[in-house]
Amino acid sequence: MSRFLRLTVKLSAFITFGILFSIVSHILIKGISSLNPSLFQLEYTTDNVSLFPAMITTIMLIFLTLIIATPIGVFTGFYLIEYAKKENRLVKIIRIATETLSGIPSIVYGLFGMLFFVIYLNFQYSLLAGTLTIGIMILPLIIRSTEEALLSVDNSLREGSFALGTGKLNTIFKIVLPAAMPGILSGIILSIGRIVGETAALMFTLGTAAKIPEGLFSSGRTLALHMYVLSTEGIHVNESYATGIVLLAVVLIVNYISTLLSNKLAKGSRDGYKG
Amino acid sequence: MKGIFLVCAIVSIVAILLICIFIFAGSIPFIQEYGFKNFLLGTVWKPSNNPQAFGILPMILGSLCVTFGSMVIGVPIGLLTAIYLAEFSSKKLYKFLKSGINLMAGIPSIVYGFFALVVIVPFIRDIFGGTGMNIITASILLGIMILPTVISISEAAIRAVPKSYYEGSIALGATHERSVFSVVLPAAKSGILSSIILAIGRAIGETMAVILVAGNQARIPAGLTKGVRTLTTNIVIEMAYAADKHREALIATAAVLFLFILAINGIFLIVKRRTNN
Repeated sequence: MSRFLRLTVKLSAFITFGILFSIVSHILIKGISSLNPSLFQLEYTTDNVSLFPAMITTIMLIFLTLIIATPIGVFTGFYLIEYAKKENRLVKIIRIATETLSGIPSIVYGLFGMLFFVIYLNFQYSLLAGTLTIGIMILPLIIRSTEEALLSVDNSLREGSFALGTGKLNTIFKIVLPAAMPGILSGIILSIGRIVGETAALMFTLGTAAKIPEGLFSSGRTLALHMYVLSTEGIHVNESYATGIVLLAVVLIVNYISTLLSNKLAKGSRDGYKG
Repeated sequence: MKGIFLVCAIVSIVAILLICIFIFAGSIPFIQEYGFKNFLLGTVWKPSNNPQAFGILPMILGSLCVTFGSMVIGVPIGLLTAIYLAEFSSKKLYKFLKSGINLMAGIPSIVYGFFALVVIVPFIRDIFGGTGMNIITASILLGIMILPTVISISEAAIRAVPKSYYEGSIALGATHERSVFSVVLPAAKSGILSSIILAIGRAIGETMAVILVAGNQARIPAGLTKGVRTLTTNIVIEMAYAADKHREALIATAAVLFLFILAINGIFLIVKRRTNN
């Protein structure tokens, strides 16, 4: 019996990592031979389905979304951890709201973004509508990582700062925030991963125009959307692989940086405890 | 400054309210006009017919079928992998494998979908014939996609079981495997249950990957090797050209999906609260 159990456990682990390995290697092997300089040309044409405009759009979207969502998310974390009392009714409602937000499927976000930003506020399919929709979507992630990072900061740091006569706000920004920074950053990096991989929420907000957006009210497509459009068309398989490889590379970099940061946070709080 | 923090904290509440208002307000007039029962239990979805038919039962059943299928495939493999990571792997190997799970969680759903389209679909086509886009393919794909959710939450739950449970069982003469399966696992069951509930939420809400491999025929699921359409894909496929009543019907589809998710979230919170007590 024991041997059977051990075997099934090992077999399952083997299946899981075998699947991961085959996905990554399949995309890498087929993708590398499809990567060529013409895919990085400035213009998308029907002859040359360049992924460069999608890359620029993705970067623009990440940048804008973080500018909007990071302060709101981080400040919410400040309020929940540093200011509000635990049994506060409002805190409970905020918690329920963020937990519900994190469970909503991205297509519902997409539809909401279309109804509210695109139609009701008349933004049309645009960078702005996409940014705001995705901004709401990553809010729970940033709030939660900020909360966890703030909770991991040793209370003696705060008390020491108060004892020296520093006000609450200065303590938060000069003492607590630097100590919690790696955790907050790792949350932000993870949300970059979410933004890069998102498709359903962007399709009806950002639209799928294959060009670099000229402004906030102009449509574009991200790499993931580009890959989706190519996959459904079914005639540019090689270009899909190439886009897949770029997406995988982004995910790998994002994961690496976020692991690095959270290790730093764990180490930082241990050092604080020792000192 | 406290005021600014408070305003930021309220943004989440405003966002969730706006989402509820726009999704539900957009669908209630349609449901009233078409009839709640006709909409939910209607078996025919033919928006371009005259008269139009908007029964979403096929899509509800489609979503339930592929979600159930993904559980059958993903939960055992995920749970056993979690057990491997928590109780069987060496420390050095664990660090490496854990980053693999994180990578799996980070891979965009469109990449999973594309992989399924170019690898799993031809494979299933060779075995079962037809187009290869059917319930089985979609279940396998979703089963793979929920693995990281099941694995990381179950693993955390298994690790949270006090070491003394395991040691007590070993002291009574049970083997390592027996102790893990008969003592540690039952103690971690509510954590494992919440990993499964979250996985159901992910599977039912997944859109862009499923669209590529499920076949998307709007009919009552006719068999494992037949194509199927889910609630999520119904919205994406038709939203681009839908107008008037058709569009309202799609918004109502999203409302039904939203209600499913709210129910799943509710169950999740109850399980979590029970665990904390």
